[in-house]
Amino acid sequence: MEPATKTETLDIEGMTCASCASAVEKSLSRTPGVQRAMVNFATEKATVDYLPTQASPATLKEAVINAGYGVMERAPDTSAAERSAEIDRQKAVAYQKLKRRFGVAVGLAVIIMPLSMLMLWPAMMARINMQWLNYALLLLTLPVLGYSGREFYESAWNGFKHRAANMDTLIAVGTGAAFLYSLAATVVPGFFTSRGLMPEVYYDTTATIIALILLGKVLELRAKTQTSAAMRSLIGLQAKTARVVRPDGAEVDVPIEQVQLGDLVVVRPGEKVATDGLITEGSSALDEAMLTGESLPVQKQAGDPVFGATLNKTGSFRFRVTKVGADTMLSQIVKLVEDAQGSRAPIQRLADKVSAIFVPTVVVIAILTFVLWFDLAPAGTRLPLALVNFVAVLIIACPCALGLATPTAIMVSTGKGAEHGVLIRNAEALEKAYQVNTVLLDKTGTITRGEPAVTDFWTLPDQEHNRLLQVVAAVERQSEHPLAEAVVRHAEAQGAASLTATGFRAVEGKGAAATVSGQAVLIGNRRLLADESVNLPPTLIAQAEQLLSQAKTVLYIAVAGQAVGLLGVADTVRDTSATAIKKLQALGIEVVMMTGDNAETAAQVAGQVGITRFFAEVLPADKAGKVKELQAEGRIVAMVGDGINDAPALAQADIGLAIGSGTDVAMEAAGITLMRSDLNGVVTAIELSRQTIRTIKQNLFFAFVYNTLGIPVAAGLLYPFFGILLSPMLAAGAMALSSVSVLTNSLRLRSFDNH
Amino acid sequence: MDTPAIIVTVAGLALAGFVLWYFFFSARQTASAVSTSGGVQEVAITVKGGYSPDVIEVERGKPVQLSFYRDEENSCSEELLMPDFSIRRDLPAFKTTLVELLPKEVGTFTFTCGMGMLRGSLVVK
Repeated sequence: MEPATKTETLDIEGMTCASCASAVEKSLSRTPGVQRAMVNFATEKATVDYLPTQASPATLKEAVINAGYGVMERAPDTSAAERSAEIDRQKAVAYQKLKRRFGVAVGLAVIIMPLSMLMLWPAMMARINMQWLNYALLLLTLPVLGYSGREFYESAWNGFKHRAANMDTLIAVGTGAAFLYSLAATVVPGFFTSRGLMPEVYYDTTATIIALILLGKVLELRAKTQTSAAMRSLIGLQAKTARVVRPDGAEVDVPIEQVQLGDLVVVRPGEKVATDGLITEGSSALDEAMLTGESLPVQKQAGDPVFGATLNKTGSFRFRVTKVGADTMLSQIVKLVEDAQGSRAPIQRLADKVSAIFVPTVVVIAILTFVLWFDLAPAGTRLPLALVNFVAVLIIACPCALGLATPTAIMVSTGKGAEHGVLIRNAEALEKAYQVNTVLLDKTGTITRGEPAVTDFWTLPDQEHNRLLQVVAAVERQSEHPLAEAVVRHAEAQGAASLTATGFRAVEGKGAAATVSGQAVLIGNRRLLADESVNLPPTLIAQAEQLLSQAKTVLYIAVAGQAVGLLGVADTVRDTSATAIKKLQALGIEVVMMTGDNAETAAQVAGQVGITRFFAEVLPADKAGKVKELQAEGRIVAMVGDGINDAPALAQADIGLAIGSGTDVAMEAAGITLMRSDLNGVVTAIELSRQTIRTIKQNLFFAFVYNTLGIPVAAGLLYPFFGILLSPMLAAGAMALSSVSVLTNSLRLRSFDNH
Repeated sequence: MDTPAIIVTVAGLALAGFVLWYFFFSARQTASAVSTSGGVQEVAITVKGGYSPDVIEVERGKPVQLSFYRDEENSCSEELLMPDFSIRRDLPAFKTTLVELLPKEVGTFTFTCGMGMLRGSLVVK
């Protein structure tokens, strides 16, 4: 058996001309074990096939250096899948460590707590040496600080060196103060008693705070991994191998990284399509739900594009690879979602400003709390009261809830959107979609399919309907005109048997002619029949005029020099349009249509889908103007369209939604891209944006209210009026739950379903 | 007010003043990007309880490559956010993560950790 070769790509430095490239290539080729080396001067990359038994990346690098050039060290493999796998592994390790730290803290806290409470039991106290008990508690608390809580102190110190303060700063200062006070009371109790103070210790407080905060962290980490679940499953869709057809006809499974442009790939039923390409032979139904959200399989045949990660259902086919790696549809979706998750929502601005100054401000409030309690409380209890409230303020404050409020919701919802075939460009687009009160639809390709279909087939009474359809289809099958394709599709849908046409002839701008079963057949516009001196009977003319008045294109049919029938062809309304528009209206959104058609046709289509307001006879250049017109009425406008003509209108609108199979230009201009070619995606986008922004508002409200109420209460503001003081342990519990509550609320978006 | 109360008050206010000055008004560590022969502006940043350097100066219109080395396991710094460039990156512990971007406009752009606690800024000139 021949040993497997490996492929390595090197970034070459220092090549100034094409001859440098050939020098590098030569040097690489002479290296033992190298089977093939190719150096591209323009991209400064070398692609080397080598036997791993004889060569290695190190020997390859040596060869390049020997030739007088350098190899640029690349960042450790940055493919999304590998990066996320490495991060997942690290996170899993961190989670296990955190759980251990939490376990130790809890285990010790449950011993420390009851021991501390012995003091409340006078009969017991009389028999126990106070000093010994305190030393025992100190020993039990040390591991809680040194092992379980160590990270807090390290992080706080590292932050302090950078003049940065974070949540750990608060915990470290709070528990540190309680511990140091207790330590002093344990080691030098005389110092306290001589000043009339009880040498009280707060080991239970210290240990419990750390245990509770760690509990919060454990829950938080668990919830956080779920926020990016959709993203991970998207990355996981990537196929690992492809069955490539070699020039000799052999089919070989190769790792996906080695598939190259132009390769021929075989896909059998039930297999995943490896990458993007064009079908060269065979046909099948493909499940594209993972990319477009469309649940029905899509029928594809030779010439149709297929996309990596979609699932082949029924037939087998071969396709020519047109895109690999980062250029594939899947990679672009992943990139888009990744970008969206990194964007900032305008709604977050205030929270960002507050987070920036949060921790130092809380530290200052805690110091002032200490001073005020010390100055105002009775001399005998002032120090412990000042300390307890100082700690409570530091512990209850939760910047995390504020920081997590918006990004977690955005992460869940952008991932959820991608699952439904709704790609959100950034958080701002989501926020704009939430504000929308008017949706402007471009008729063609949005409400309608954007391609002609036969709507009417009319024949003179003496004609045999089905037979004529067969004849017509036989001629049109040989034509490449879009109208002819519509006729063939119609005939096939009707189950018309296929006949053969001979002597096919296309008449430029008029139609086509051929012979079927010995009879001359003409199909085309009126001019074609006039040129061939075919007379039109009055009933046929009347019928044609009726079709024309409905803005349909009319095809005239003549057999053996006699006009015998008509075909009406028009762009048809998508099945889903009317229900989707009704759903939008139910959301309180006014739906407006615009089209280049005349007012009569526009009114007809609008009536068909339940739209009351429309703009007719809009020239492509005026589309953006119509958006402006609506905006001038004070509306927040979402523009839905496809194609290049819509790009300015999509950009002008408050939020542009580019509908499926849209061109790249439209996607650039659009805040939201709908992978599925129907209006249901618009409903999904708007419902998702509303739920997301609602969730964010709840989160922000909770985080602000929690902190603005919690901090004063912890400072003891209620004490003068109601005698209520917040125990630092309760504060720790509240703090642990607050960030988890925000996360859990964001995770509720995962159950989003627009049906 | 007795003597201890006066001492605590004065010390407390001084400490509060120090906290405000130290975190908000003191000087920051600034670094300018180094351009390579390829015209890429490179800056190495260490992440450990903060970003050092935490003010990074780059030139407008030239690609920037920031290499973040996360020198800790603390979860605070595990995410890097540069919202103005639509970047959210996980920074694996004890690894270097490259972040590439193209500054098109002049200005100061903040980058933070996932919760907005650790901060640094990219100054585009």
